[in-house]
Amino acid sequence: MNLFCIGLSHHTANVAALEQFAGNATAGSIVSQAGCTEALLLTTCNRVEVYAVADKRISTDEIARCLMPKANRNPHNYAPPFYRYEDNKCVQHLFRVASGLDSMVVGESEIFGQAKKAYESARTSGAVGPYLHRLFQRAFRVAKQVRTHTEIARGAVSVGSIAVELAQRIFGNLSECKVLVLGAGETSERTARALVSRGVTDLRVSNRSLDRACELAQAVGGRSVPFEDWATLCREIDILLTSTASETPLLTPDILAPMLHERLDRPLFIIDIAVPRDVDPGVNELEGVYLYDIDSIRSVAEQSLALRRQQVAAAEAIIADHVAQFVDSISRGLSRISQTTEHSSLGENPLRASEL
Amino acid sequence: VDRYLLIASTLCFLAAVVHTVIELRTGVFRPMRFNFFAIGLGFIFQTAFLSIRGHELGRCPITNLFEVFVFIAWSVALIYMLVGPAYRLSLMGAFTAPLVFLLQSFALVAPIDTRHPAKVPANSWLEFHASISLVAYGAFGLACIAGVMYLLQERQLKTHHLHSIFYHLPPLTNLFAAITRLLWWGFALYTVGIVSGFFTGHPLPRVQVVAAIALWLLYAAILQARHLKWLAPKRVAALCIIGFSAALALLWGITFTAELHPVP
Repeated sequence: MNLFCIGLSHHTANVAALEQFAGNATAGSIVSQAGCTEALLLTTCNRVEVYAVADKRISTDEIARCLMPKANRNPHNYAPPFYRYEDNKCVQHLFRVASGLDSMVVGESEIFGQAKKAYESARTSGAVGPYLHRLFQRAFRVAKQVRTHTEIARGAVSVGSIAVELAQRIFGNLSECKVLVLGAGETSERTARALVSRGVTDLRVSNRSLDRACELAQAVGGRSVPFEDWATLCREIDILLTSTASETPLLTPDILAPMLHERLDRPLFIIDIAVPRDVDPGVNELEGVYLYDIDSIRSVAEQSLALRRQQVAAAEAIIADHVAQFVDSISRGLSRISQTTEHSSLGENPLRASEL
Repeated sequence: VDRYLLIASTLCFLAAVVHTVIELRTGVFRPMRFNFFAIGLGFIFQTAFLSIRGHELGRCPITNLFEVFVFIAWSVALIYMLVGPAYRLSLMGAFTAPLVFLLQSFALVAPIDTRHPAKVPANSWLEFHASISLVAYGAFGLACIAGVMYLLQERQLKTHHLHSIFYHLPPLTNLFAAITRLLWWGFALYTVGIVSGFFTGHPLPRVQVVAAIALWLLYAAILQARHLKWLAPKRVAALCIIGFSAALALLWGITFTAELHPVP
């Protein structure tokens, strides 16, 4: 019995190479074309991987050929970027992938859902048998444990998620927060949506073009306000998200300081994603004002990633334990099945046999 | 036996401190229940200690500086046990444990456990006055801890340097609400303590009365400034730390003068 993983990821291939191998095959087609007993195809924007079980050794080229479009199956085109892991290494690789350790953004959780989806799809098509069933169930358990027992998923890394995370650190519940979006760019829209998804209900949009402001306000469930009024709104809002194309700062300490006296016990969180900046950096020196521009957002993202990287060793230790346990249980299960099948017909139900 | 109980209690708080330090050194602070249980066990030992001491003395065990420090530590732990779950469970404990550990360590190490040669007769008003004031100190102590947490969180947000602990600290606005509530509770209890002091039937040293009223005025001023929004939350948090330091200094002075001139 040979358990293996063949694939390519952001570590070994660029987007063009990934595109070449993505979307041309299914787990079922790999089983039938490559002669595996079980197969599962995991395709994401950063990886294309085949996990398979076979009675005999199946070459990397053979699997790669299955992943290519039918019209272009020349083995010399695709061999180099592929990696191959077998047995223990394959188990370890899957556990790392499911836990987000192998992802481009270490600790991201999207891969967990993608792996589950891939498993469900392969199971529905009948390409998953007892070994891959056990392997993937274990991988999901390991991924959960890694997330629970380490800080691998801690901290935000995108503008939207950083804005939400920081806003929650300042205000707690965001449902009471008043948000003003100044400028109606794409990043503003994404960030505004992220805030709305975390409970913000009072959201106002202001833009030099009122039409664009109305459009964005409608898209995110807010209301538009005239551009001339935005500064006075700083008396009452809690979060200001700004991204205009202004060449000079729109908000300076001189403008904001007098308004702060009226809101001394309420913090003001400002996210300035405009380049050049809309808010004078001196504003951050004012009491109760927390200003984050593109540089500080980048710095927060880097700190989050550094924090996650610190956790890799702890996550690897959890994975190593599980790999050892899993390999041990599989080998014990295999010997028990081989003994049992000599006396009964358990082999007819391999999934049940694997559960033993 | 009672000192052993206090040592056991102090070791429980030390365990919580060490646990927190280890987690912080590894760059991870995970909200585990360890601190809560360590503090809970320490609190049980504290209570046992105070109970034995109380039986031995035949009155509330606050007859010398040693007992007063232990009683304050007990009050801080008590209020933490009552309000801790309202915050992030272990994190409030992470900040409470060092304070209690320091108070009890000092009480154990310093030569301040001077026993009175004869049993001091109980005065129920005096005991009520002293114990309610010390519980108020516990509330002020916890407000001080919440103030430290606020300043820590605020600094990280201002400087954009986010440590692992940042993600476990309560939000700024929640911390400030907690500070305000603890200040009000402490202030109300302290007011009751001061008023009951006038019913003890004995003339209190003028220095004590003036210092106690000065402390009451300090907290009244903080609360008034908070109510009228004269002070930014950061200043209120800083004043909580200053106020509690002043309260401890005052307590030292009161106990010191009480030992020099004991109330008959």
